[in-house]
Amino acid sequence: MKVGYYPGCSLTGTGKEYDMSLRKVVSVLETELQEIKDWNCCGATSAHATSHLLAVALPARNLLLAKKQNLNEIVAPCAACYNRMVVSAHELETHPELEKQVTELLGESAKSNAEVINIIDFFRKIGKEKITANVKKEMKGIKAACYYGCLLVRPFDITQFDDAEQPTSMEEIIKATGAETVDWNFKTECCGGAHSIAHMEIVVDLSKKIIDNAKLHGADVIVVACPMCHSNLDMRQRAIKKEFPQHEEMPILYLSEFLGLAFGLKAKDLGLNLHMIDTKSLLEKAVAKG
Amino acid sequence: MSHTHIDENTLSGKVEKLTSQSALDCYQCGKCSAGCPIRDYMDDSPNQVVRYVQLGFDEKALHSKTMWLCAGCLTCTTRCPQNFDLAKFMDAMREIAIQEKVKIPEKDTAAFHKSFLNQIKKHGRAFEFGLVREYKLRTMNLMQDVDVAPEMFIKGKIGLLPHEIEDKQNIKEIFDKID
Repeated sequence: MKVGYYPGCSLTGTGKEYDMSLRKVVSVLETELQEIKDWNCCGATSAHATSHLLAVALPARNLLLAKKQNLNEIVAPCAACYNRMVVSAHELETHPELEKQVTELLGESAKSNAEVINIIDFFRKIGKEKITANVKKEMKGIKAACYYGCLLVRPFDITQFDDAEQPTSMEEIIKATGAETVDWNFKTECCGGAHSIAHMEIVVDLSKKIIDNAKLHGADVIVVACPMCHSNLDMRQRAIKKEFPQHEEMPILYLSEFLGLAFGLKAKDLGLNLHMIDTKSLLEKAVAKG
Repeated sequence: MSHTHIDENTLSGKVEKLTSQSALDCYQCGKCSAGCPIRDYMDDSPNQVVRYVQLGFDEKALHSKTMWLCAGCLTCTTRCPQNFDLAKFMDAMREIAIQEKVKIPEKDTAAFHKSFLNQIKKHGRAFEFGLVREYKLRTMNLMQDVDVAPEMFIKGKIGLLPHEIEDKQNIKEIFDKID
């Protein structure tokens, strides 16, 4: 299987372990990623917070590049990039006047039939059976809290996710490794997103609530599908600990890291050493299958 | 639902033009504010800002902190019984506030967006080091993140040099044309 790949900026920087682990896992699953050549930033929160046209035009340039490279399916593992890409494609499809303006900016129409998929769709397409067949570690004792956040699931009209409030599609992938998942309340609550820099106190507050709820329901790890969620839950745990010294650390793994762990890949190759919060407690639980 | 006559001299009309939805579609049930994760940090609740627009209190609406604190999580949009896209409304409110050069009550957030977009305009991609440097200079929050920053550098999560795209000119043109 060959799939177009839009890594997005975070996966080349603060979230580079997401890219590292995804590439490793994908090769185990005999899938090939074809990166969009010369892709640009999707504009993220800052573009849609200040200019609707810019917010549609930036992802549209990537859709256009993908079209020129004949990529019919594009996986955007970052939930925020995925969101901007599907929203942009939707706007081009449904607002002819806006589409005209974007075409003028880009020189040609970015409208295409390419399907933009998120990381959950991607692994679902590969199939649970294939995931299970590659598991090399005993994951049974591990309890994972699947955290979807906002932008993977919403806007629901466009993403058509399995459920807007209580999705379960990530749980199905995690369960395919033999690990357990916990039922909890904060699956789709916001971590504060782009406020991490200008309003860290909001991120500390919201992220602490998410981690505490996962803990309350017995989770050993929170699994995420977004580099912003990861940075808020992992990196900002330092700030949480500073404010709440009794806070017990919770490892935060990308879905691809979790799968890589189950496939017996080395922690270092998956980038687990790049986290701010230690993942040792989890690594000790995942032992080789006897 | 879109109304046939749009008066673009009013904030209500400007918002409608940008979002293809009328603020009057909101019947003020408050479900959006009840589920808003950031409500505690806002001055006006999200539905209050809509109310200001409905009633023509344009100045009050444009000077609210609320849209600048909205994280764009889309929870309100998902839950609205009237299918009113409140997150899109908040995006439009920010865009209009910038266009009309309103004194933004959330300076740090505005500085963050400006710094972020400048990196894209320059390099084609977000450049985290450049972003933080520009943001710190704009806000003079110089000591922020000194606890995690060194480790981020050591781990290679923040590079000192930007990842530049080949066709930077193309991105610059897009930005210039929109400006």
